[in-house]
Amino acid sequence: MTGNTIVEVKNLKKYFHTKKGMLHAVDDVSFTIDKGETLGLVGESGCGKSTLGRVMIRLLEATSGEVRFYGDDILKYSSGRMKDMRKRVQIVFQDPYSSLNPRLSVSDLISEPLLVNRVCGSTAERTGRVLELMDTVGLARRLVNSYPHELDGGRRQRIGIARSLALSPEFIVLDEPVSALDVCIQAQVLNLLNSLQKQFGYTYVFISHNLSVVKHVSDRIAVMYLGKIVEMSDYQSLFKEPLHPYTQALLSAIPIPKVGEKRDRLILEGDVPSPIEPPDGCRFAGRCFYRQEICTRKTPELHEIEPGRFVACHFARNLSRRSS
Amino acid sequence: MEDRKLILDIQDLSIQYRVEGGTVHAVENLNLALGYGENLGFVGETGAGKTTTALGIMRLVPDPPGRITSGRILFEGADLLRKTEDEMRSIRGGKIAMIFQDPMTSLNPVMTVDKQIAEMVLLHNDVTERQALDRAVEMLELVGIRSERARDYPHQFSGGMKQRVVIAIALACNPILLIADEPTTALDVTIQAQVLELMRELRRKINTSLVMITHDLGIVAEMCDKVAIMYAGRVVEYATTEALYNRPVHPYTEGLFNSIPDIDRDEEELKVIQGLMPDPTNLPSGCPFHPRCPYAVESCSREAPGMVEIEPGHLVACPVRTEHRLNSVGWKGGAGR
Ligand SMILES: Nc1ncnc2c1ncn2[C@@H]1O[C@H](COP(=O)(O)OP(=O)(O)OP(=O)(O)O)[C@@H](O)[C@H]1O
Ligand SMILES: Nc1ncnc2c1ncn2[C@@H]1O[C@H](COP(=O)(O)OP(=O)(O)OP(=O)(O)O)[C@@H](O)[C@H]1O
Ligand code: SF4
Ligand SMILES: [Mg+2]
Ligand SMILES: [Mg+2]
Repeated sequence: MTGNTIVEVKNLKKYFHTKKGMLHAVDDVSFTIDKGETLGLVGESGCGKSTLGRVMIRLLEATSGEVRFYGDDILKYSSGRMKDMRKRVQIVFQDPYSSLNPRLSVSDLISEPLLVNRVCGSTAERTGRVLELMDTVGLARRLVNSYPHELDGGRRQRIGIARSLALSPEFIVLDEPVSALDVCIQAQVLNLLNSLQKQFGYTYVFISHNLSVVKHVSDRIAVMYLGKIVEMSDYQSLFKEPLHPYTQALLSAIPIPKVGEKRDRLILEGDVPSPIEPPDGCRFAGRCFYRQEICTRKTPELHEIEPGRFVACHFARNLSRRSS
Repeated sequence: MEDRKLILDIQDLSIQYRVEGGTVHAVENLNLALGYGENLGFVGETGAGKTTTALGIMRLVPDPPGRITSGRILFEGADLLRKTEDEMRSIRGGKIAMIFQDPMTSLNPVMTVDKQIAEMVLLHNDVTERQALDRAVEMLELVGIRSERARDYPHQFSGGMKQRVVIAIALACNPILLIADEPTTALDVTIQAQVLELMRELRRKINTSLVMITHDLGIVAEMCDKVAIMYAGRVVEYATTEALYNRPVHPYTEGLFNSIPDIDRDEEELKVIQGLMPDPTNLPSGCPFHPRCPYAVESCSREAPGMVEIEPGHLVACPVRTEHRLNSVGWKGGAGR
């Protein structure tokens, strides 16, 4: 942990009870985030990205582990203390279609966090703040009395962002904030998030399955597979020389918006295994093209194999040598 | 269009929504044609009218507030707009299937996912319930969901898994026309690669035609033969994928390509198209793109541009760029500007 660390996650676990047993949605995850940086979080659908994001800000209670905010474990906070904390940590949800209450107008939606937390006393003050937030996120003021169903996805996502900014937070979990948006609005929202970060010093966790987008926004990237982080490093090294076999497959599967450019694909075989009571061993072993006998026996730990480069694969060092 | 047989031929389709502040011209005089086994990419800014067009084809535009005000939608030669609701019911999910943008609108929260797929299979095929359930499990495995989760309810799945269930439902009856509205936005790329492969396989096996609505120009490059770029309810450029990617002509298309992060480069700021989508109840006069267009000239705000064929099969609705282009390639023989 450096002096500049804002969030430190330690051995964090979130298990869900299901009929068939314990579902390991987030399974022993540790990392730190520096103030003002963006940590990208990518990985297979269902690997636990949203759950991790939610547990980090206590929208879900963790099964075990720590989430330290400026060194203080917020998982131990009483509900009263957590209430104050809520202003400082925010989330923008994945789905702009279902995350907004359809009965509330744009103005109601954006003023809701102000009301709930009793900031902006007078109605006039609140209205002023709502319009200011609408300007910040690029929502035309004429939409102030519209309802979400009358708006397209891009505008709905801007409402979500405006809501999360209402209380001037420090740390924001962005859960697929641009996945439902077309590329123009996506570019605008990405530039918006970037300029807000510069202006206000926000720290982001940016969850997305779009690797071009994650590369564009992130300082560092963590790759998750079935509840675990399998690789984490600065974005340049990750893209230049992915070390984990899953990261390699992931990068090779990105559709490139150019015609006539053939890339070598590592098409994976098999299923994503069940997160319910996962067996020992590497969780990627069933689909891995480098698998050896040890992989199904022993769980590989996340090791720092070079300064700032973390990989959880028994053969990480060999793979790096092989590809360089 | 060419004489070859078309599976889908949309002519002059207009769809409007009546809302408090006026009328939304969601789709305006849209023309689109699709051959058997062809894949069309349908790309455009949010609110452009892509979903509305798809709902029009399915005859699922919510009425009120929506209404199809003109046009024909010929499917295998017959106008879908003249079919009875009963006829449409047997077409939907059978010959034409749609994957909806929002997975929860097509999933029943109180029914296990295998039952939901089986229900669709039973509706369109002469099979027993047992066979339908087997088919359901088979479809789930095809989209990468293990059979042990077949008896789960939608809320037990992550966003991406729900979307895969929706895809399984759509593909369960081997449709010959598949309309996929952002089918893979919630998926990571390795599963996306598998799902796209599934769609390609369907095309190889039964020559399914695909209308792929997406924001992802990478997916279009991989999957589609043709591309239609839509802006404010109109198609502004239509071409083969090859022509459109190598020689985009419409200023909006150009802006689209500029605004995607290039994975092979580092760039601080993305080049965005200035401004927002226009107010759909009050579209700008002339070319609807003119207030945001870096090439706009005075006449753009007066005359609504029609589609011009600048090379065989490549149509563009922008007189400024097409004239420039026709001149520069010397097609008109006139003096270049
Ligand atoms: N409330 C819940 N009860 C039981 N299981 C759950 C619950 N919420 C999530 N899960 C399971 O936890 C795992 C992780 O889900 P999560 O939504 O975090 O994935 P994700 O990485 O965000 O996926 P996506 O990219 O599809 O959004 C999945 O197997 C999911 O089915
Ligand atoms: N039920 C409705 N009532 C009123 N207006 C609507 C309705 N559905 C869509 N619209 C409007 O019609 C226009 C076209 O919307 P549509 O959903 O077809 O766009 P889209 O291209 O699919 O956008 P996105 O990429 O965001 O999905 C938009 O201006 C939208 O606000
Ligand atoms: S530990 Fe083994 S199975 Fe896992 S990624 Fe490395 S080589 Fe593949
Ligand atoms: Mg998620
Ligand atoms: Mg849509």
